[in-house]
Amino acid sequence: MAEGIWFVAEQRDGQLRKVSFEVASTARRLADQAGTSVAGILIGAGLDGVAEKLGTYGADKVFVVNDEAVGQYLPMAYTQIIANIVKENSPAVLILSASTQGKDLSARLAARLGVGLAMDCIELGLNDDKKLVAKRPIYAGKAVAEVLPLGAPQMATTRPNVMPLLEPDESKKPEIVNQPLGLDPAEFKTKVVDILKDTSGKIELTEADIIVSGGRGMKGPENYNILEELADLLGAAVGASRSAVDAGWRPQTDQVGQTGKVVSPNLYIACGISGAIQHLAGMSSSKVIVAVNKDPEAPIFQKADYGVVADLFDAVPLMTQELKKVLEE
Amino acid sequence: MEIIACLKQVPDTETQIKIAGDGKSVDTGDIKWIMNPYCEFGVEEALRLKEKFGGTVTVVSVGPARVVESLRTALAMGADKAIHIESATTELSPLTTAKLLAAAIKEVPFDVVFCGQRAVDNDQAQVGPALAELLDLPHVALGIKLEVADDKAKALIHRPVEGQTIVYETPLPFLMTTQKGLNEPRYASLPGIMKAKKKPMDKKDAAALGVSLESTIEVLKLTPPPQRAPGKIVDGETVEEKVVKLVKLLHEEAKVV
Repeated sequence: MAEGIWFVAEQRDGQLRKVSFEVASTARRLADQAGTSVAGILIGAGLDGVAEKLGTYGADKVFVVNDEAVGQYLPMAYTQIIANIVKENSPAVLILSASTQGKDLSARLAARLGVGLAMDCIELGLNDDKKLVAKRPIYAGKAVAEVLPLGAPQMATTRPNVMPLLEPDESKKPEIVNQPLGLDPAEFKTKVVDILKDTSGKIELTEADIIVSGGRGMKGPENYNILEELADLLGAAVGASRSAVDAGWRPQTDQVGQTGKVVSPNLYIACGISGAIQHLAGMSSSKVIVAVNKDPEAPIFQKADYGVVADLFDAVPLMTQELKKVLEE
Repeated sequence: MEIIACLKQVPDTETQIKIAGDGKSVDTGDIKWIMNPYCEFGVEEALRLKEKFGGTVTVVSVGPARVVESLRTALAMGADKAIHIESATTELSPLTTAKLLAAAIKEVPFDVVFCGQRAVDNDQAQVGPALAELLDLPHVALGIKLEVADDKAKALIHRPVEGQTIVYETPLPFLMTTQKGLNEPRYASLPGIMKAKKKPMDKKDAAALGVSLESTIEVLKLTPPPQRAPGKIVDGETVEEKVVKLVKLLHEEAKVV
């Protein structure tokens, strides 16, 4: 009988990524509803003493595979390791983050286990039969599907930055189960041969708490410096609409939208962005949306919590000035 | 080199989505169908590999009769043959779709398989990695650059993740899911469109492939997106006034700065 709400944590260079706490917290919340326990799986290298922190976010137990050979994400190896642990323990639910890693790992794993997987969920709950029910955006957020993944474990991934974190309880220590690698690295097919770090110091859009974004209204690449000044002040990331990217003003990796990144910051400031459906698809999970646009008819004002009808070249520098004052108080 | 590119036919991104009467599906009445944009990058990359190494490009798609049009577009771009796996809908659960693709692909030789990283209708991003698992192939998802070695034994794939790009080395055969930035897909030329009409289009179906169409996900209901509470246009006589008010609201009311 499948039991237990499980999660897969994610690490980089031996540090737990924030999404790990999101999935642990989500699992804990569901487990408390179901009256069952939470276990996590953590794979990586240099992990001595690292898994403990997952207990503060609700894990009762964590299975840890700590080996140089799997320090970097290798799809087949990670899938094999997780599948083996899952098959030996039969959890009812398995949750991963819909981070870059989580997306393809969960998909491969679901195929290995032959179970249903709901991807990029914005809400998870249990029905009266204690079965996982998930809400996920489809058609670039034009509709929301409520789905029930079939099979056991039921699988889901959660959109980063959407699920609330529990208040960490430092007194909670999970049971750590150290698992051997169980695989021969010489047989691994994929290898990581290089890691090209983004040395610009830019904040990753999908993880940013605040994003300042510019669209066609920016009129050219040289004007983004006014957004960057505002972003620096706020510790924000700078995004761009498809128009700006297609015009070559900003790199593809900065694009927010249906064919770009989906972001869910606390604050999204859209400057000179009209608000096409495809752009909204990328930022509708933002908690607070501010729009600055000189066109009062711009569709973005329908979605914004706060709208400023003004020329962004006047408004944005003034915002930076005003925020500096307010933040200094 | 034998190259496979899987493609899905999806509604054009401008389409207004209407939830059907049953509350569980989308009304496909007025839809303009296109090749999934992410799959186009896969077809294009397949064609570039063929240009470099010679061989054939086979495109595969699951769906009703209408998907033939997207397969023909790929043939017009330069693919050599198409496999149409007939199914009543393009809305099978991702694992079911992957099983159908795997069954058809196993029947032909292949060195590289491309899938779009996700389909812009269901946004699941599952078929590619699931297909790799079913074919027991190494995979790299979200490839933004691919270099197949001249000896065709290995390939390097660049995969951007949060804040860095990982370079993977994988042996052939492998599967890669394709994303924007990988290449610029070519347009089908008029001669290409004419030639496409004569290229082979094999038909398969679930029964012939021995695949069960059982779903792995139950759709309970579709709803319109959650409405945000109506926002406010910040008033003021001058830009300065508006900005001062905005910052105050963000600091005191929304508490996001």
